[in-house]
Amino acid sequence: MSLRLIWRKSLNVFMLSLTGFCALFTVSALFFILGYLVWNGGKDLSWNFFTHLPAPVGEEGGGMANAIVGSLKLLLLAALFGVPIGLLGGVYLAEFGGKTVPFLVRYTADLMNGVPSIVMGIFAYALVVMPMHHFSTFAGGVALAIMVIPTVLRNTESFLRDVPRSLREGSFALGANKWRMIATVVLPAASRGILTGVLLALARVAGETAPLLFTAFGNRYWSPGWNQPTASLPVVIYTYATGPYEDWHRQAWAAGLVLLGLVLITNILVRTFLTSGTAYERT
Amino acid sequence: MRLVKKLSLLVGLLMVATLATAQGQVLLNAAGATFPFPMYSKWFDLYKQAHPNVQINYQSIGSGGGIRQLIDKTVDFGASDGPMTDEQLKQATVPILHFPTVMGADVPSYNVPGVSAELNFTPEALAGIFLGKITKWNDPAITSANSGVKLPGDDIVVVHRSDGSGTTYIFTDYLSKVSPEWQKKVGKATSVNWPVGLGGKGNEGVAGLIQQTPDSIGYIELIYAVQNKIAYGRVKNAAGVFVKADLAGVTAAAAAAAKSMPDDFRVSITDPEGNKAAYPISSFTWLLIPSKIADPAKRDAVKGFLKWMMTDGQQYCEGLAYAKLPKEVVVKELKAIAQIQ
Amino acid sequence: MATTPNATAPADVPANPQALSRRWFSADDVAHLITLIAAATLLLITVLLVYQLWVLSAESRTKFGWHFFVTSTWDPVAGDFGALPFIYGTLVTSAVALFIAVPLGVGAAIFLAELAPPKLSSSLSFVSDLLAAVPSVIYGLLGVFLLVPIMRTTVQPALKRTLGFLPLFKGPSYGIGFLTAGIVLAIMIVPFVLSVSREVLLGIPRDQREAALALGATKWESTWKVVVPAARIGIFGSVFLALARALGETMAVTMVIGNNPRISESLFSPGYSIAAVLANEFSEATGNLYLSALIELGLVLFLLTFILNGLARLLILVTTARGSGVLPS
Repeated sequence: MSLRLIWRKSLNVFMLSLTGFCALFTVSALFFILGYLVWNGGKDLSWNFFTHLPAPVGEEGGGMANAIVGSLKLLLLAALFGVPIGLLGGVYLAEFGGKTVPFLVRYTADLMNGVPSIVMGIFAYALVVMPMHHFSTFAGGVALAIMVIPTVLRNTESFLRDVPRSLREGSFALGANKWRMIATVVLPAASRGILTGVLLALARVAGETAPLLFTAFGNRYWSPGWNQPTASLPVVIYTYATGPYEDWHRQAWAAGLVLLGLVLITNILVRTFLTSGTAYERT
Repeated sequence: MRLVKKLSLLVGLLMVATLATAQGQVLLNAAGATFPFPMYSKWFDLYKQAHPNVQINYQSIGSGGGIRQLIDKTVDFGASDGPMTDEQLKQATVPILHFPTVMGADVPSYNVPGVSAELNFTPEALAGIFLGKITKWNDPAITSANSGVKLPGDDIVVVHRSDGSGTTYIFTDYLSKVSPEWQKKVGKATSVNWPVGLGGKGNEGVAGLIQQTPDSIGYIELIYAVQNKIAYGRVKNAAGVFVKADLAGVTAAAAAAAKSMPDDFRVSITDPEGNKAAYPISSFTWLLIPSKIADPAKRDAVKGFLKWMMTDGQQYCEGLAYAKLPKEVVVKELKAIAQIQ
Repeated sequence: MATTPNATAPADVPANPQALSRRWFSADDVAHLITLIAAATLLLITVLLVYQLWVLSAESRTKFGWHFFVTSTWDPVAGDFGALPFIYGTLVTSAVALFIAVPLGVGAAIFLAELAPPKLSSSLSFVSDLLAAVPSVIYGLLGVFLLVPIMRTTVQPALKRTLGFLPLFKGPSYGIGFLTAGIVLAIMIVPFVLSVSREVLLGIPRDQREAALALGATKWESTWKVVVPAARIGIFGSVFLALARALGETMAVTMVIGNNPRISESLFSPGYSIAAVLANEFSEATGNLYLSALIELGLVLFLLTFILNGLARLLILVTTARGSGVLPS
């Protein structure tokens, strides 16, 4: 073997193992994060954490029951406002659209998907909080819904497009209207994929902090109804993590573990059970 | 579609659950100063226990935030450690009343590894450090007031607030009084253009940063230093005495102001003249209450709380290292409650 | 399935004639209208968003004009606002993030696309997808309590010892600052670089690499000299996408960047980013000018990410003719 060949071969081996190392490093980051959270937050997860309100500042104990419920309510609103619009918009793109409008909508959706969440917070503040003169669960829900729409829309579209042509033609041949064909044949055929998209979009906004800072704001107590400020897990984690109290830090770790656990479990369940090689790649 | 049914059931349950608790409750939202947050959070909790139908949600977003959100009318009342400026008062659609609640102190707290002694700070040293002119812990301006303490030659890490803050207002108000250079270059406000340092959000954030950063110094409300066991130093007052922040020092600082309290309660008690016991970086902290509250239930709740806070509530102050209001001030304030309509 | 209308979509199938003849508006028309309204809502929201940001930033725009972008004072007392420190901080942290994340992400993508057996490849990219789903505030939490102390006690002193002659690595080690923020961002954007790059690489026809191998190239040579260059535009696209993400990342950065509007050449010093200043000061800015200056920053951030995303998607479309249905955001 010539020296040059040896060089080439060893470069080959070296570079290939380097790429392997890159992959290993990236992947292990997740396990590291998860492990570290379990290690730090696991021991402070107690029944109180899920059932109690926060204790007065500087006193030990208390829980995050209000933040957990607050986060659920915010997600509910995000789903209620965001999913129908995204879903119907997706149907339009896949089934009705001409040329210009769908192109515009599609491109806008992709771009809106990348708009920083803090900007959505400012938008919702100007749109909802200022005119209503109230921080509220509602305002937070709107901010999150705006983030849900583009994802659901694009995802619905791509799954509808995946429905085989033969299915539609069969339906048309039976004399069905177009909307009937969509409602009874196309949407059910794509329902799994669409549901996947919806759940992943919700899992993504569940962890959002920035858009809630000045919309849902915060609350030390339960937030009745929809027109009051509410606590939410991500915001509480942020406040507690940057605070000085040992007890806050412990609770921040526990809350972080709960949040990460919920997000990851949703992702894993959805990705393994609902999809098999779908067009929906990632959140 | 079974899933849809289950989901709608969940939605329904949540809605019912959240509406049920809303019956007959008065919900007040307030935001502002982090300086008195431990006190307020305790008060609002106690008040809720005594009056279960009144729930006051206080968010400690900083005094600047309290003022802004009050002007935007997104909260029922605000709280601040710096009185509102005339310009800010003009922005509000209804006249805003200031109600002093407690008095507290900003303390220069530090985290210098290896130094366990209480440090003495002259006004010049504090101004120099926060102006970025004194950059080492063993600078003569610091060591001259601390003979016998071995200070390291490390860089000083200045920590300040990143948000609009009354704690900042008090501190910069003090520095403006003791340092002409500070007044010219930086001035006093709830947020200023800091010459040096790291920013932390809220008293909580600054205290957290000091704890985590060796060789740091920052200014925080006394209770945050006490609760988190962060070292804090004595400050030289106008009479030339190094005073450690405590209740007596704060009360002494307010003594003169209490006798000649202006009608709008907007008064600064930093660096008072001539009182040897006074701690020089002290201040009142205020609740900012709109003079017109349209909803009678809310109005009564606010008035009720104010009254309770000035009378029964004051007994809890000292447990949290805040100084009680002087008697003269309480009398004057109780009269002022009637101005809320 | 992206922007080119797919053949399977019966976009222009005429409405059922029977239905038309019976009513003025057929059920299909109604369905068409409803879905159109839903789709148009998104456009409306976007227009409204830009409009709001534009109108609410009017005071600052008229007062400071273009000077806003080149001055570095951020003085709420004097009412003097300049965006430069925030733009600088945003760009520097993003640059640090790209410097770390691009080699790491592209390297991992090469491994997953070219070397790993399909099963391993798909399960590893599954894990990387999960990594992308980790909420920003969790990264912040780990950043504050884990990374910052390590940076202060170990990494920054080590960098000072070895590379201290560079102005980048001078000054006291606070732990928090540009470098730490950049590293946190890097971990957050690696999955985005990885997944898009992997897809682009997989999209390069097999025969190209086989031809290179047949000519006697090593596996690495065929990958590096044939496959990667063919995919390069798409990889650039993934980098742009990750950059857009890094620019707008808020919580994790806020928690570790130091929140101080200062321009410093040292990566160790604390700074500020646009998103972080918005998170900290938006709800508490007293005074209309202050608020409108903050909203102008929001507008800048919005436009930056909007443009970068647009570019990224164009680049990716150019390389992957089939496009990919939903791109990561």
